[in-house]
Amino acid sequence: MYRYDEFDQAFVRQRVAQFRDQVNRRLAGELSEDEFKPLRLMNGLYLQLHAYMLRVAIPYGVLSAAQLRQLAFIARRYDRGYGHFTTRQNIQYNWIRLDETVEILEALAEVEMHALQTSGNCIRNTTADPYAGVAADEIEDPRVWCEIIRQWSSLHPEFSFLPRKFKIAVSGAAQDRAAVKFHDIGLYLRRNAEGEVGFEVLVGGGQGRTPVVAETVRDFLPKRHLLSYLEAILRVYNLLGRRDNIYKARIKILVQSIGIAEFARLVEAEWAQMDGSSLDLPEEEVARIQAYFAPPDYPAAPEVDLAAQRRAEPAFDRWLAANVARHRVPGYAIVTLSLKPTGGIPGDATAEQMERVADLAERYGLGEIRTTHAQNLVLPDVRRADLQALWRELETAGLAAPNIGLAGDIIACPGLDYCSLANARSIPVAQDISRRLGDPERQRLLGPLQIKISGCINACGHHHAGHIGILGVDKRGEEFYQVTLGGSGEEDAAIGGILGRAFSAEEIGPAVEALVDTYLELRADEGEPFLQAYRRLGDAPFKEKLYGTA
Amino acid sequence: MALLKDGALAEDPWTLPGEADELPAEAPAFVSLERWQAERERLLGRNAPLGLRLRAEQSPDTVAEELHRFAAIALEFPRFQDGRAYSHARRLREHHGYRGEIRAVGQVLRDQLLFMQRCGFDAFEIASDEPVEAWLAAMAEFSVFYQPASDGSRPAWRHRLAGTQGGEAA
Amino acid sequence: MTQQVVSANRLADGRVVYLAAEGGWTRELAAARRADGKEAGAALLAEAEAGVRRCEVVAPTLVELQEEAAETPGELPGLRRLRERIRDRGPTRETGRLLTEKPAATAAAGGL
Repeated sequence: MYRYDEFDQAFVRQRVAQFRDQVNRRLAGELSEDEFKPLRLMNGLYLQLHAYMLRVAIPYGVLSAAQLRQLAFIARRYDRGYGHFTTRQNIQYNWIRLDETVEILEALAEVEMHALQTSGNCIRNTTADPYAGVAADEIEDPRVWCEIIRQWSSLHPEFSFLPRKFKIAVSGAAQDRAAVKFHDIGLYLRRNAEGEVGFEVLVGGGQGRTPVVAETVRDFLPKRHLLSYLEAILRVYNLLGRRDNIYKARIKILVQSIGIAEFARLVEAEWAQMDGSSLDLPEEEVARIQAYFAPPDYPAAPEVDLAAQRRAEPAFDRWLAANVARHRVPGYAIVTLSLKPTGGIPGDATAEQMERVADLAERYGLGEIRTTHAQNLVLPDVRRADLQALWRELETAGLAAPNIGLAGDIIACPGLDYCSLANARSIPVAQDISRRLGDPERQRLLGPLQIKISGCINACGHHHAGHIGILGVDKRGEEFYQVTLGGSGEEDAAIGGILGRAFSAEEIGPAVEALVDTYLELRADEGEPFLQAYRRLGDAPFKEKLYGTA
Repeated sequence: MALLKDGALAEDPWTLPGEADELPAEAPAFVSLERWQAERERLLGRNAPLGLRLRAEQSPDTVAEELHRFAAIALEFPRFQDGRAYSHARRLREHHGYRGEIRAVGQVLRDQLLFMQRCGFDAFEIASDEPVEAWLAAMAEFSVFYQPASDGSRPAWRHRLAGTQGGEAA
Repeated sequence: MTQQVVSANRLADGRVVYLAAEGGWTRELAAARRADGKEAGAALLAEAEAGVRRCEVVAPTLVELQEEAAETPGELPGLRRLRERIRDRGPTRETGRLLTEKPAATAAAGGL
């Protein structure tokens, strides 16, 4: 993984000093809240319902064991002993004091981390495929380009006061595990007919109030032009994005309003005027960064046949089927640790659990951990021969729920329990559904089923992209829940459609069970997953079951 | 209001007369884009430096051919959160090769000064209640930049390749 | 007629506080100064703004109490909106707490 050199270290130290000065001026009253707010947001510091919330950047979801231990220390020393992994691969802490934030930033800087630009109208954390570098279906490692984008976008002087937030995601594999099409800029690494690898560049995707699937602005961009091309897109957005209405200020609104063809024309015109030679990185610098992501020397590992162990322990078998994915290197596996225990709070981990994971990453892997936008953790380099031993340890740590990609792997935002933007609670709904659908054998039978819950229209729970999406709303002071069906965050990106009237907090759990029952009754066979069945059947049978009307 | 330029608070020779007011005969003055378009010939006949003041939604491209006639261009930040002028400034410097004064006006706050300077602003109309040292300190908070901009500073990767150090932060 | 109190977040640590009957700011709803009617509410908010200027709090707002229907004489009305009740008492679900609690039977149970 990337390691800071003297420049990166100097930058992050200077950034901490700058923020210390800004905090002190705020506490002394030299800065008003209005003046301070964009500055603290640029440092990922929100004022939420109960306290300040600090969102720490986990660049493209990659962590070392040392970094994860420091995150655990911060949870213990400065928070209430836990942290929340987010739908953008970051971590956030809910009980932070403004007057301790600088100390926390210093603790982060010690392990080459920061909280820069995890909020505010600037370029946010660039997210990536959590299996980057190890996926069996990978074309090229997206992390190299994520690191290049990270540096380029850090305190970019021209793009720190954009009309609105800006999110970029990169995928380098056949399967899209990063929800690329729901980002302001999405990048797919692709091979063209000549065998060269370049980027398909998409713009204007997003969820929130007006969900939109991104469109392609450039079919094939040679890699070496990435930064200048991104700069052209950002500049067009900075100049033309709406400044009069925060609900219409994302790039998706601009692209929708002028059309992708006109948007592309503006970008290409701007790009043609730019001096790429000063913006684009020389080969040497790309190679320097690439070297940090070179595949490690994998000690030879035997290809083990786990059939006997699977027969002997059905629980191990279920966990293998759901939580373990194929690794590029024979004898190795990619293991996802579920932060969705039955009845638990999706994405939360205690300091103890974080420390256990750091240990496990060192003993069973090469010391690296990944975060996913589904709020889970990944150990990317586990020897197949160690899988059963690892599984037993994960069970004792409460990290082995065999539910990745299944009904229990619910994505939920913090909702009205924590967030000042929320209209309804999402966590209790997630817990209720998790218990109702908790039985591991039943989940296995149900197959892939992504349930995503947001506590307000900002859609941080990505409900538009859920096979079953749930949106919490406030109706006359009561919490109600609207159901959408048929969303998807993968290459076949789609926005879920509203099914009908909203459900109360008591009704939503049974409603989701009824949807699941309908699917089971009507699916062609066990090989037809929920999304596919829904696309074949349409809304009608689900509406009928829930509302008694077709 | 005070003018921060060349590392110090300076006397400001420029004025911004009202749209219907006469311009001073022999002193530098800013005009709006509308006034420039309406009174171009008369303004060109003046024997004193002319400046153009643009609002955030007005692109310098509209006067691309005549930028050389303006000794200074003032770009407005109607609210400090409105970041369009950063792009206008960069395009003036990099696409149009503009070498005159680019002045930041409107809500110009200390914490954005370094961004402005990097985008090509070299003069700043500031509310003068803070000592100038605080403003200058804000501009020296970083020695490491990750991206090239319009102020000639070298991004970190250039230093890496050249084996040179960055500058020192104050 | 519902009464109002002023709720804000403390600047230094972000915690929820109320403008106190005794002056200053308190973490306890029971000790909050209550206002009857629009004018009194506006006056309360104006006083709270002084707390903003003194860098004590951020974003003071008027929040409503429930209609007075106390069954026990002297019982104070609670906060009307769920959001304010959550701000007052903390998250209804919290990771640390969760490890020591039995799960509620339904999503709505354990509500405020």
